[in-house]
Amino acid sequence: MLRDRTVQGLTLALVVLLVVSAFVPSWIVNQMLFAFARAIAVIGLMVLWRTRLVSFGHALYFGLGAYTVAMVSRYTGITDAFVLIGAAAALSTLLGFLIGFIIRRYRDIFFAMLNLAFSMILYGVLVKTEALGSTDGFTVAAPTFAGIAFEDAQDVKFALLCVLLVVGWAVAVGVQVYLRSTLGRLTTAIRDNEIRVEYLGYSVEHAIHIKYVLSTLLAGIGGGFMALALGQVDPDSMVNWTASGELVFVTILSGPGSVAAPFIGSFVFEMLRTYAFEWMPHAWQMIVGGTLLVIIFFMPGGMWALVTRLVGQRAAGGAPGMER
Amino acid sequence: MDTAITILLDGLVFSSYLFIVSVGLTIIFGVMKILNVAHGSFYAWGAYTAAFLIGLAANAGWPDWAGFAIILFAAILVGLVLGLILERGILQFMYHRDEVLIVLATFGSFLVLEDVILLVFGVNPYFAFQPMVLLGSVQLGGIARDTYGLTLIGLAVVVAVGCWLALKRTRWGKLLSAVIFDRELSVTMGLNVTRVYIVTFTLGAMFGALGGAYIAPTVSVAPGFGIDVIVLSFAVVVIGGMGSVPGAMVGALAVGLVRALAVHKFPQFELFVIYAVMATVLVFRPEGLFAPAKVRKI
Amino acid sequence: MGPPILEVRNLHKNFGAVTAASNINVAFTPGETVGIIGANGAGKTTFVNMITGYLPPARGAILYRSKDITRLPPRDIARLGICRSFQVSQVFVSLSVMENLLTAVAIAASPGLGMLRPLRRPELLARAEVILERYDIGAYRDQLASDLSQGARKLLDIAMAVVSGPKVLLLDEPTSGISTEEKTALMDVVMDALKQDEVTILFIEHDMEIVERYVDRVLAFYQGEIICDAPPADALRDPRVLEYVIGTEVQPEASGGAGGHA
Repeated sequence: MLRDRTVQGLTLALVVLLVVSAFVPSWIVNQMLFAFARAIAVIGLMVLWRTRLVSFGHALYFGLGAYTVAMVSRYTGITDAFVLIGAAAALSTLLGFLIGFIIRRYRDIFFAMLNLAFSMILYGVLVKTEALGSTDGFTVAAPTFAGIAFEDAQDVKFALLCVLLVVGWAVAVGVQVYLRSTLGRLTTAIRDNEIRVEYLGYSVEHAIHIKYVLSTLLAGIGGGFMALALGQVDPDSMVNWTASGELVFVTILSGPGSVAAPFIGSFVFEMLRTYAFEWMPHAWQMIVGGTLLVIIFFMPGGMWALVTRLVGQRAAGGAPGMER
Repeated sequence: MDTAITILLDGLVFSSYLFIVSVGLTIIFGVMKILNVAHGSFYAWGAYTAAFLIGLAANAGWPDWAGFAIILFAAILVGLVLGLILERGILQFMYHRDEVLIVLATFGSFLVLEDVILLVFGVNPYFAFQPMVLLGSVQLGGIARDTYGLTLIGLAVVVAVGCWLALKRTRWGKLLSAVIFDRELSVTMGLNVTRVYIVTFTLGAMFGALGGAYIAPTVSVAPGFGIDVIVLSFAVVVIGGMGSVPGAMVGALAVGLVRALAVHKFPQFELFVIYAVMATVLVFRPEGLFAPAKVRKI
Repeated sequence: MGPPILEVRNLHKNFGAVTAASNINVAFTPGETVGIIGANGAGKTTFVNMITGYLPPARGAILYRSKDITRLPPRDIARLGICRSFQVSQVFVSLSVMENLLTAVAIAASPGLGMLRPLRRPELLARAEVILERYDIGAYRDQLASDLSQGARKLLDIAMAVVSGPKVLLLDEPTSGISTEEKTALMDVVMDALKQDEVTILFIEHDMEIVERYVDRVLAFYQGEIICDAPPADALRDPRVLEYVIGTEVQPEASGGAGGHA
């Protein structure tokens, strides 16, 4: 694991980012918070994408993570970031595990749309229930960190970013190890020929269930961090199909080539969104849709493929076939 | 008793609307194996175009009944233009690629078309009540019902019968059925699949647009019109079996009646109930109720 | 002789009006090599599909080492020791030949939590190498499976099936799609490789020369029934076999490639 080039790269990036974020202006800290919270969720979607599965409804878990943080914080008074994120992760994973039994039987479009259906159920429930905030949602109190509370809002953000960076690093390294394992490498095999995998002695549904649960865990963690970063939750930005669509978009934008890709893709997305909303507020969906089409047509490997081609090297580690 | 009739009528009206919208989606999927997320765009554009034109006509002093002709015209126009743009401009380059990528492309197209609506029609809602007001109301089961809503049922029947006749009795319909069953074989028999695709897609688009156009006089046509339709019509098509027109009928009836029941008795469970029906069907028949037979793989 | 390693009792299967298997009763002993012949549609592949768990029979039982495996899925049956190759080679087209075998080796070696261990570990790589050499596809090690010739693909398909060391191996038309000259070369490689472990081999084959050359016993299928169960010398002269499988105008011993095709 220590000799893996991706892990080395990730560790270096962690150190650099930790140092850099101490000196950048606060709006960039905010951008990084939103971007990397989303990136964690996107890593989960990337694992599914490598198996040729796309979910149009992962805002279900992302939003559930966010709402868990908001509601635990509001109704129990607990503000510790670690506890809150832990609760978010636990709940989203549990739901993912249960729904996984149903969803693992489906592929392609059915897989994508069933997830969407489930997410719209949660959306409907949230919107119609006053106690859950209805369309307005909740605000989220500033987090504390293992007992330490910060007075200055900027300090809170910075501390949150540090925690997020470390968690993000841990997630990326963990997923990288997973991707090198037999189960992780099965993504290409399953994509190519499920029947063969079954005949070799392994249950494809079982593998998909595991990947699904992994993706829901990561989406829950991402959503939890997003809630803390934004300081508020509401159904439209976190549970609606548009939120799922954005997660899918960033997944495709980043490309499936490496666990580092989602971080870059998310950051680009965040910057894109900020500027697009400033210059052309009514064209945001068009930009997303148009970019998605451009990527599908001309850059199927996403930004990661572009970056690595510019830098002149192949995607990190392994033979070409297995990275795709 | 009154509530039962209300629920039944509401259910039938909603089922009719669902059927008209979903039949296009299921035909496109059956023939081209594409789940067209942009179907919601056809619907939204049909609604906006119809509402806009009816408004123009009303201002120009045209009689109210012209609204019906405008609705039909809007549906055909939107179906043709958008259908051709999408199929020739984007989809035809993607047929050899992964199904999932094609869905994503239609999703991207949907997003673009949503914002183009804002550009063309603006953000304010449109109202075009004229055709609905024209038809007035009728007493059924002791309560006055909008006649317009009831005509929707008639339209659905016309579409259903029309589709069935076209598929079973016309040469073109049989070609379509052939491609639905086995694309490769149809190609080897000399079928011009490109032409079949273009016609299928445009036709499906027109039906989607018709659903939107016909419903326009009953609601305020505003941004965000299209998305619920995609999810609902997907549920209908999944229940019925993708590619099956009778399936779309059964699916539309199931979803429409169940929803009417939910809206009147358990309003907070409306969406949940629809998906519960879908989930139940899928547990017993993962391919839907009328799915076409699958080919042996090994 | 000992007890049969694989036994099929009263196996029945129909697809609508078509009877693919009609009360089939047959048993196989460890180590024997059996050729399954029959015209297209006679039920040979369905037979293999049922034994390996891909299709459930309508009636009947399949016993492996006296254990009922009738309703088990392919993955469980594979782990018990029955593996198969396919009429149309089922390989992982995006992976190289080495990666294909490595995947097979890894799955066989690490059920359960073992799947979380790295794929490219020494013992798996070593075993994959051994099999590459034994099946004579070492030269294609780094080629993508999609780029392979038909013959190499078939060999890869069969190699992947034997990775877990099965006791029963079912080969579905191993030489189909390969030129006549290469057929025996391929079968020689396969049979040599398998000789080392006492594997019961059942293979579906249309080429009667191949059948004659490699099997101890022939099962002839016709419309879902076994119409003949005998050593090749007798089976290939049986009048029913001649009529329903081989074709009466052709003699099984004809020289060159003209003979023996159903």
